[in-house]
Amino acid sequence: MNRTRVIPVLLLRGGGLVKTVKFKDPKYVGDPINAVRIFNEKEVDEIVFLDISATPGGRGPDFDLLTDIAGEAFMPMAYGGGITNIDQVRRLFALGFEKVVINSAAFESPDLIRDSSQIYGSQSIVGCIDVRRTLLGKPELYSESGRLKRPIALLQHVSNLKSAGVGEILVNSIDKDGTQSGYDLKLVREVADAIDVPVVACGGASGIDDFAAAVDAGASAVAAGSLFVFYGPHRAVLINYPDRRDLSARLP
Amino acid sequence: MIVIVNYGIGNLSSVLNMLKKCGAQAVVSNKAEDVRAASKLVLPGVGHFDHGMRMLNASGLREALDEAALARRIPVLGICLGAQILGEGSEEGDEPGLGWIEMECRRLPTSERLRVPHMSWNTIRLIRHSYLFDAMDEAARFYFVHSYAMHCTRSEDVLATTTHGVEFVCAVQRANVLGTQFHPEKSLRHGLAVMRSFAQGPAS
Repeated sequence: MNRTRVIPVLLLRGGGLVKTVKFKDPKYVGDPINAVRIFNEKEVDEIVFLDISATPGGRGPDFDLLTDIAGEAFMPMAYGGGITNIDQVRRLFALGFEKVVINSAAFESPDLIRDSSQIYGSQSIVGCIDVRRTLLGKPELYSESGRLKRPIALLQHVSNLKSAGVGEILVNSIDKDGTQSGYDLKLVREVADAIDVPVVACGGASGIDDFAAAVDAGASAVAAGSLFVFYGPHRAVLINYPDRRDLSARLP
Repeated sequence: MIVIVNYGIGNLSSVLNMLKKCGAQAVVSNKAEDVRAASKLVLPGVGHFDHGMRMLNASGLREALDEAALARRIPVLGICLGAQILGEGSEEGDEPGLGWIEMECRRLPTSERLRVPHMSWNTIRLIRHSYLFDAMDEAARFYFVHSYAMHCTRSEDVLATTTHGVEFVCAVQRANVLGTQFHPEKSLRHGLAVMRSFAQGPAS
């Protein structure tokens, strides 16, 4: 049995599911509850929900929507978006989410990660880094769904996340998002080499070959968006997930 | 009525959602009278062993739980930490467990290739028959998140094992008391099959 987790990252915006390209042009792709029901049937390893309008909109998690999602989801789930305090973390776990995903708050209130991981265990706290490369290829960190540049070096921030107590790092390439042109493998390798917590590659996957390449680069799990919500050359909206036999044949 | 015991820790909603999906009558409760009236109990739990036992002992439910498991002998299913505390104690802490099954928990060995916590889907190997796994199919896999594993004194209490570097006990049963290290409530149709077998299984 392959043990590499293959994880759909589903973007929430205004109660619906959307998919972006390079963090822009959100395209509506359906209803999150319906998607969760389909992913139950597809026997997906884990799902990450990211509310991309929460922090930019100055609000916290949409608990009503998340309650409905959790009521239908019989797999491990993570949530990120607009988390600023530990009471929100407590409520998310009580709803049935296993993990919370933190990006913006890691810059503004690193104590949130420290306190949460002490109470709930580091395995339940995921640090998310959104990375955009400059024209010269230098990786820069962003938060607020790619709107706000953070003036701290990539590996310094990764090391801060690890000392604050995250149990996993979601490495998300803004340049690759929605392009299905392959992961930023150099980025995955750089982060995976720098720390010993599991790294989840995200941004750019177009198929199982990309998953295998990310694992070779040091990723412990692989995530994708477009791949699981679009199908075929015309990017028709269709929830899908690779066949488990194909995954087992290619992934450790 | 199946009562999901709320002693202040654990993934209560997920267990309730899964039992509802099975068509079972279930409720989350922190009241001793509900535990006394229950036909079956689920003991969830995540986190540190001592924290779990202290919360449970402070909940005022201990007497009703002991009576349900040992005197009324109704089916009890412990999940993850809820399974570990069925035993006598854990390397993780100093608090004694419930002591309903002779076992203790020890930390999983770490190696360079295998990270602890063991956080992944995994298959299980059945050691002896139990109604809990009657509906399980060959492709079954279950979701695990844990750093400590159960070690039974009596080998006949071991229902199933899993391998993460070493082979460890992932399901136990002593008469009416059952426990799974994995999370059936997070294990899709495979977990649903286990929960349904528990919900529809014998009443004592």
